[in-house]
Amino acid sequence: MGKHVHESCLYTKSHEWLLQHESDTYVMGISDHAQDSLGDITYLGLPEVGKAFKAGQVIGFVESVKAVSDIYAPVDLEVLEVNSTLEQAPETCNHDPFGKGWIAKIKVTQSEQLSELFDAKGYEAYLSEEQ
Amino acid sequence: MIETGLDIQEGLLFDSSHDVSGASVPRAFTGEVPNLRETKLGFPQLSELEVVRHFTRLSRKNFNIDLGMYPLGSCTMKYNPRVNETISGLGGFSMLHPYQPESMTQGALSILYDLEQALAELTGLAAVTLSPAAGAHGEFVGLKLIKAYLEHHNLSHKNIILIPDTAHGTNPASCIAAGFQVKSLPEGANGVMTPESVKTAMSEDVAGLMMTNPNTLGVFEHHAKEIADVLHDQGAFLYGDGANMNAFVGSVKPADYGFDVMHLNLHKTFSTPHGGGGPGAGPVAVCERLKPYLPTPRIQREEDGTYRVLHKMPHSIGLVKPYFGQFLILLRAWAYITLLGRDGLRETSEQAVLSARYIQSQLQDVFQNEDAAPCMHEAVFSDEVLKGTGVKTLDIAKALMDFGFHPPTMYFPLVVSGALLIEPTECEPKAELDRFIDVLKSLIGKAKENAEWFTDRPTQTPCSRINEALAARNLDVAKPI
Repeated sequence: MGKHVHESCLYTKSHEWLLQHESDTYVMGISDHAQDSLGDITYLGLPEVGKAFKAGQVIGFVESVKAVSDIYAPVDLEVLEVNSTLEQAPETCNHDPFGKGWIAKIKVTQSEQLSELFDAKGYEAYLSEEQ
Repeated sequence: MIETGLDIQEGLLFDSSHDVSGASVPRAFTGEVPNLRETKLGFPQLSELEVVRHFTRLSRKNFNIDLGMYPLGSCTMKYNPRVNETISGLGGFSMLHPYQPESMTQGALSILYDLEQALAELTGLAAVTLSPAAGAHGEFVGLKLIKAYLEHHNLSHKNIILIPDTAHGTNPASCIAAGFQVKSLPEGANGVMTPESVKTAMSEDVAGLMMTNPNTLGVFEHHAKEIADVLHDQGAFLYGDGANMNAFVGSVKPADYGFDVMHLNLHKTFSTPHGGGGPGAGPVAVCERLKPYLPTPRIQREEDGTYRVLHKMPHSIGLVKPYFGQFLILLRAWAYITLLGRDGLRETSEQAVLSARYIQSQLQDVFQNEDAAPCMHEAVFSDEVLKGTGVKTLDIAKALMDFGFHPPTMYFPLVVSGALLIEPTECEPKAELDRFIDVLKSLIGKAKENAEWFTDRPTQTPCSRINEALAARNLDVAKPI
């Protein structure tokens, strides 16, 4: 049961992903590994649109049948848009974590921090190490 | 055809209502007083027998400690001795009214006073409030006492509470509710907190640290004293979460290893009803420094041996619960403590640890858990052995029900992958522990051979596998009346 790791995304140690949309705008979500460990997701606390966060700050949370887990800002960012369909259908994060289960569209405000994130290969290695 | 008797589909009382009243309302309320309501009250209308049958049927679908083993880790689901019920049912207690004059309630006040003294003795702390209604309420009150002390001493900048990542979820929630900020501490090797990690996290703004001892991995925090010293050197408090006190009652006093304030879950350690049979009670024990801030009312013993209730104290945080908390629950705990005595309480805790350690020792090879530190009152196993089988911790828990066991705590503590946290308590006979161990062993064996077998478990319960995600996503528990 290998966890899917999307090729073009960047990843954090806390299992968020970032995918470039255009220039400094990115889409973010939680990884397949994250949704699988959490189990059935029942609620998402989405960040506020327009709000700015520093890397590592809690921007929202995911509630599943097992636990409540924070979502962290992978880099310094500003929230441009959130996926409000998740309010009605949080299970989308389970079914399609890299697609329809995206959580927020963000503007990266400190682009040099991106180099500190894992690429797909690095994240895969991190996952197998964590096992 | 087998009729189990458990498959009666029990609807809501509202649905079976048919305009029959189970109570006759006195004339004074029907005739002379005009009825100002324009609409009917929406209460169900049923005869007494129908209501009794409804609740009796529901109770047969329920599972409780009187039916079987309930090894829910960190919850201490222990047996509630019937003598507690006999005593709390005595008319002199159960018919008391809190507004009766002190001269008529001296007996009740003396029991509350004695219970405070006993809990102070067992924790080694200076004073106790019995007011809080449950463990989390006790946490909130304990933290409020710290807050009151800091404000009184112009130390309001101290607003951070350190919490290890094995903590109960109520700990951070109570901190936020009491007006603090939370900083998380990673656990050290074998899940034990180290003074070094506390030192690294320390600053002038730290108000305290919340420690559960033994922690939620069932391991004794043997650096507690050194950690307390680090905190005390900087004027911070060590808060003790007493949820796991059943591991050491009578053998260790938490104040001796530095606890300044601690809540006690009477419904766990001191055998008052628990798990649907509540209400709970969460008394808080405090050190001398925090004593002036304790909630009102307080009971004072006069020189002539009489008891007086003090409703006003100059520095008190005030009322946190009307009167003295859950009096009849406090009474049960007093009965339990009084009947067992110091030696009995200590032996009880020793037995609780022995039972958990027996489970740990019998199951650690099956769960590939040989490196774990010897546990105290509860044993935790990860899902390592299930990896690759397709069977999850949840499936094991569901299948356990088919063998007459309430599942252990699952997926907690969060730091253990797919955790099963098992707390047998001192109450289970060895034969029952052995049956539990055998069933778990056989389930692990089955998981490796036949994962399919688990998919529709449980099958021997009033409800089969419940869709938990659906229940959480589409919560529907209200009935409009």
